Amino acid sequence: MVRADESHFDVAIVGGGFVGLALAAALERASGGDLKIALIDAAPIQDLEAIGADPRASAITAASRRLLDVLGVWPQLADRAQAIRQIDITDSPLEAAVRPLLLHFDMALDGDEPAAHMVENRDLLRALRAHVLDLESVSVFSPDRISAMSAGRQRADLELETAGPISARLVAAADGRRSSLRRMAGIKVVGWSYPQIGIAACVEHDAPHEGHAVQHFLPAGPFAILPLKGNRSSLVWSERRDRGAEILADGKERVLQEIERRFGPRLGRVRLAGPYGGFPLEMHIARAFVAERLALLGDAAHGLHPLAGQGLNIGLRDVAALAEVVVETARLGLDIGGEATLERYQRWRRFDSALSATAMDGLNRLFSNNSDGLRVVRALGLGVVERLPALKRFFVAEAAGFTGETPRLLRGEQI
Amino acid sequence: MISSSKSPTGETLDQAEVERFAAMADEWWDTQGKFKPLHRLNPGRLAYIRDNVCGHFDRDPRKLGCLDKLTVLDVGCGGGLLCEPLARLGAHVTGIDPAKETIEAARQHASLQSLEIDYRAARVEDLAQAGELFDIVLVMEVVEHVPDVSAFLATCAATLRPGGRMILSTINRTLKSYALAIVGAEYILRWLPVGTHRWERFVTVEELRRALGSAGLDLADATGLVYNPLSDDWLLAGDTDVNYLAAASFSKPSV
Repeated sequence: MVRADESHFDVAIVGGGFVGLALAAALERASGGDLKIALIDAAPIQDLEAIGADPRASAITAASRRLLDVLGVWPQLADRAQAIRQIDITDSPLEAAVRPLLLHFDMALDGDEPAAHMVENRDLLRALRAHVLDLESVSVFSPDRISAMSAGRQRADLELETAGPISARLVAAADGRRSSLRRMAGIKVVGWSYPQIGIAACVEHDAPHEGHAVQHFLPAGPFAILPLKGNRSSLVWSERRDRGAEILADGKERVLQEIERRFGPRLGRVRLAGPYGGFPLEMHIARAFVAERLALLGDAAHGLHPLAGQGLNIGLRDVAALAEVVVETARLGLDIGGEATLERYQRWRRFDSALSATAMDGLNRLFSNNSDGLRVVRALGLGVVERLPALKRFFVAEAAGFTGETPRLLRGEQI
Repeated sequence: MISSSKSPTGETLDQAEVERFAAMADEWWDTQGKFKPLHRLNPGRLAYIRDNVCGHFDRDPRKLGCLDKLTVLDVGCGGGLLCEPLARLGAHVTGIDPAKETIEAARQHASLQSLEIDYRAARVEDLAQAGELFDIVLVMEVVEHVPDVSAFLATCAATLRPGGRMILSTINRTLKSYALAIVGAEYILRWLPVGTHRWERFVTVEELRRALGSAGLDLADATGLVYNPLSDDWLLAGDTDVNYLAAASFSKPSV
C-alpha cells in the first residue's frame, strides 16, 4: 500500500509542447490513468485559442502516426493531415531551366499505408493539448516555471514559482533546446550552428500537388515543397544567414519573389497563404540524456538539422521509449525514476539520436556545396539508390521511422 | 499479530548465515553495492511473481494495482527488495527476517518511500504458531541457506491460505551452477562475497518437488532465470540449471 500525498506525483513533465504532451498522453493511456502526472509549462496552455500562428508543418512518419493513433489523438487530426504519396528529388543549379528528376520514392509501405503525412504544427499542438487537458490523472500547472530542482534517492523536489513545492519520482524534461532543467542538472551540450537559416512559409498554388513532396537540392541548400490539405504546400528552404535575414527584412514581396525563383512551374501560380518566418539551423546533442531522477526528451536532448523534418519524429521516439520503460517498471512495482530505469532509457535512445544527427548533418553538407565533383558524387550516389530497390525500401522505412529497435507505441501497439 | 524480538535459536535457520547477512543490512539498497546482483535479479523475479500470482488469482498483470488487497508474506525479506515493489502493486505485505538490523534498515527505507509494510524481526515458525495465513507466501533465495528444506517448507506452508500460492526461488545443484554461482559469481566476478553460498546446500528441482510434496504442496511450475551478459540483466527462460523460480499450491485445497 502506498500513502497518498497531494503534491507528490509519479512523473512531473516540464514542457507542454508536442513531446511533453505526447508523453503525458502515452503514460496515461498505458497506465490506465494510474500514474499521477504533473504537466508544467511557462505558457498558459489551457487556452486553445491562444495557440499562435506558425508557418511550420511537420512530416508525421507512419511510426509517429501509429503512436498518435494508439493515444487516441490521430482521429482528431486525420482530416487535417495530407498523405505524402511520393517524394521527388532533384539536384540542379538554381538557374537550370529543367530540373531532371534524380530520384523518386513512392511513399507507401506495405498495404498502401502512406510513409508520412504533413500536419501543420498548430493543428497538432491543438489536438494534443485538447486531449491532455481532458485527462483526469494529469494535473496542469500553467503558466508556471521551475525555479529549482533537487534530486534525491527517493524522489525529486521541484520548486514552482506560482504553485510552490511539488515532488515526483521521475522528472521528464521536455522544455526545449534551451532546457532549463538540463542546465540545472549540469548536463553539457555539444552542438554547432550552421551558417544558414531555415525559412518556412505556407503557400497556395493553382494546381493540385497530388500528394507529391518535392526536394530540390540547390547549391545554397535544400528547398522542400511539402503538400498540405487543399491546394496548399508548406515550404522550407535554407539560405546563407546574411542573405536570409535580408530576404525576411525586405518583407512579403521579396519572400514571394524568392519562392517563385525556386518553386518551379509544376503547380502553377503561387501566393503566400499565411505567416512566414526564419529559424536558426543548428544541431546539438546532450552529453547525457539522464541525470538523477531526470530524463531529457525531444529538443532538450537533441536537436537535428531540420533537413528531413525528423525533429518531431525523433522526439516522439523518445516519448515512446520512455513511456515503455516507465510503464514496464511501474508494472513491476520498481522505482520509475531509479537509476536502472533511466539507464535503460538512455541506452535505448542515445545511439539512435546520435546516428540520426550525424546522418542528417552529412546529408546537408553533401548537398550544400556547389562543386561539380560533389554533384557527380551525389548523382552517382542517388542513381545507385534509384537502382537498388532494397536500399530504397530501407530509406523509405527510415523516413517512416521503422528502423532500429522500435518501441511498441511506434508499431501501433499498446504498451 | 506477533512482534517477536527473541533471538533466532530455531533449528531450521543456520545462525552463521543470519549473522553474515545482518552485517550487510545497511547496504541492501545500494544498487551499485554488495547487493547489486540482487537488484539485477529483481525485475525478472518480480515479473515471475506478478505473472504467476495474477494467473493464479485471475488478475490483469498490466494493471498497476494488480495485487490489490492480496496478502503477502515474504520469508527472509532482507532489506525489502521484493516487499516494496509488491506493496506498490497494491499488496498488503508482511516481511519477516530473523536479523533485527536488517528489519530496521528495511523499515526505515519503506517509510522514506511512503510505503506501508509490516516488517517484523521474526521467524516463519512464529507466524505459523500464531496461525497467521497469507494469500501469497514468498520463499525467495532462502531454501539454499537452510539445513532441512522439507521441515522449513512445511513451516512455510502452514502460513499459506488454502487456495493461496507459494513462490520460491533458489539455485539448482548442478555442475553448471557450481561453475557459475560459486566459481563465477563469488570468485571470478566478485558479485557476491566468497562463502555466500554453499554448493552442497543448493536444491535440485526434483528435491524441491519432493520437499513441497511432503508439505502438501504441488509444484505447479519451474522456470529458469538466466543471466544475459550482453544486456547485463536476467531473463526468464526454460533453462533451470542454475537459478530458477517455482510456484506451488496445495494439492487438495482444504476448506
